[in-house]
Amino acid sequence: MANGQNNQASEFVVRVRDVFKEYQVGKLTVRALDGVNLDIYRGEYLSIMGPSGSGKSTLFNMIGGLDKPTSGSVFIDDVDMAQLDPQELAFLRCHRIGYIFQTFNLIPVMTALENVTLPMVFAGVTADEARERGVELLTLVGLGGRLHHKPTELSGGQQQRVAIARALANHPSIILADEPTGNLDLKTGKEIIELLKKLNKERGVTIISATHDLKMLDISDRIVWIRDGKIERVELRSELELKVGEVEGEAG
Amino acid sequence: MSTVHPTTGKGAIRKQVQLPLSVAFRIALLNIRVRFLRALITAAGIMLGIAFFVVVRSAGLYAPPLDPNDPTIQETTTRQTWLVVMSLLMSAVGISNSMLMAVTERYKEIGTMKCLGALDSFIVKLFFLESGMLGVVASFIGFFAGWGSVFLINLARLGGAVITAVPLSVLGGLLLQAMAISILLTVIATILPAIRAAKMPPSAALRVEV
Repeated sequence: MANGQNNQASEFVVRVRDVFKEYQVGKLTVRALDGVNLDIYRGEYLSIMGPSGSGKSTLFNMIGGLDKPTSGSVFIDDVDMAQLDPQELAFLRCHRIGYIFQTFNLIPVMTALENVTLPMVFAGVTADEARERGVELLTLVGLGGRLHHKPTELSGGQQQRVAIARALANHPSIILADEPTGNLDLKTGKEIIELLKKLNKERGVTIISATHDLKMLDISDRIVWIRDGKIERVELRSELELKVGEVEGEAG
Repeated sequence: MSTVHPTTGKGAIRKQVQLPLSVAFRIALLNIRVRFLRALITAAGIMLGIAFFVVVRSAGLYAPPLDPNDPTIQETTTRQTWLVVMSLLMSAVGISNSMLMAVTERYKEIGTMKCLGALDSFIVKLFFLESGMLGVVASFIGFFAGWGSVFLINLARLGGAVITAVPLSVLGGLLLQAMAISILLTVIATILPAIRAAKMPPSAALRVEV
């Protein structure tokens, strides 16, 4: 749902147009998304909020190229994802999108550095360049001293930092974060959110996050509320500020 | 990817590159090394099958020649062949089963790799390489276990003469046979698990078990 601003195509990194998604559950047809329109600005920090079953995850998967709409289109960098074949989709996931997961999803058999360089390996980057970039990214997220640790030797917060470094590996247009603080304690979650915000500000990377975490609202540029497969409202942070105290009280 | 600009003006979408086999090989090796005990148990099935096959084949090499017209001998040979075939099939089913479990167990890992840009064909390669390596190693161990035990028994029974009784070329041929059977069986056993792994949607990475 575009807000009142100027609608020039190139300033949007993601455009969602009239997206419907229906699932067949036994004989029942469930409509998970019911005509969603959404434009996401380049460089913005967007949070998608909504109760479970609202269609939040479905929309998130659509934007991430993980699922195809029943009708409607999703554009990333002006490319309609429905038009891509599997190899082109793999290219898109590899180069344009960085994923951050609730459960971190590091490859357990690989070290932090190997995890961060994996997307570069998939992109065909040379081993030397991948290594160099990997070290740089891990240093950026504050893990320069833990390059060769396995995921099991890292705390939850550290694992999520590795995942963030990995998401940045191929200079993506957008980073999709699915409940990035869902498995972290309050303090660590806050640190991860601050790191994401810092990357968003300093590197200009667009961050799209599906979340329940009210701490996220504080730093999001816009918040999209989903209910029953529809966008209920889109709020700017400036509109929200008045309510934050109340929201935080609720969270505490 | 020098054409890619970090924030604006991205290059066109291309087809994802096919990775050299060596990359899949390295990751498959890593998977085996880290889950070594599991790999050992998976390999043990095929190893025992191959050992049995080699025992049956090499026992004949050391035993005094039998009268091929004797009907009881013929019956024994047929029965042995059946036993060998059945045991090899059982070990193939065993490999298939543990590879299927590995796919179910690693759904998140497979989904994550796809999110990071892995092609279906890469996942397929990964699983075939992994089981293929197990097959090769298992056939080696199986061969030496099987032939070794037959050799030692005959050495104790018949004395030093058995050392030169069977030419190396015959033993080499048997080893090659064992390896061929083992690789063939593991490859066939991995077809279903590999297809299932390749079909795993990338969104499996997001699944949260409750």
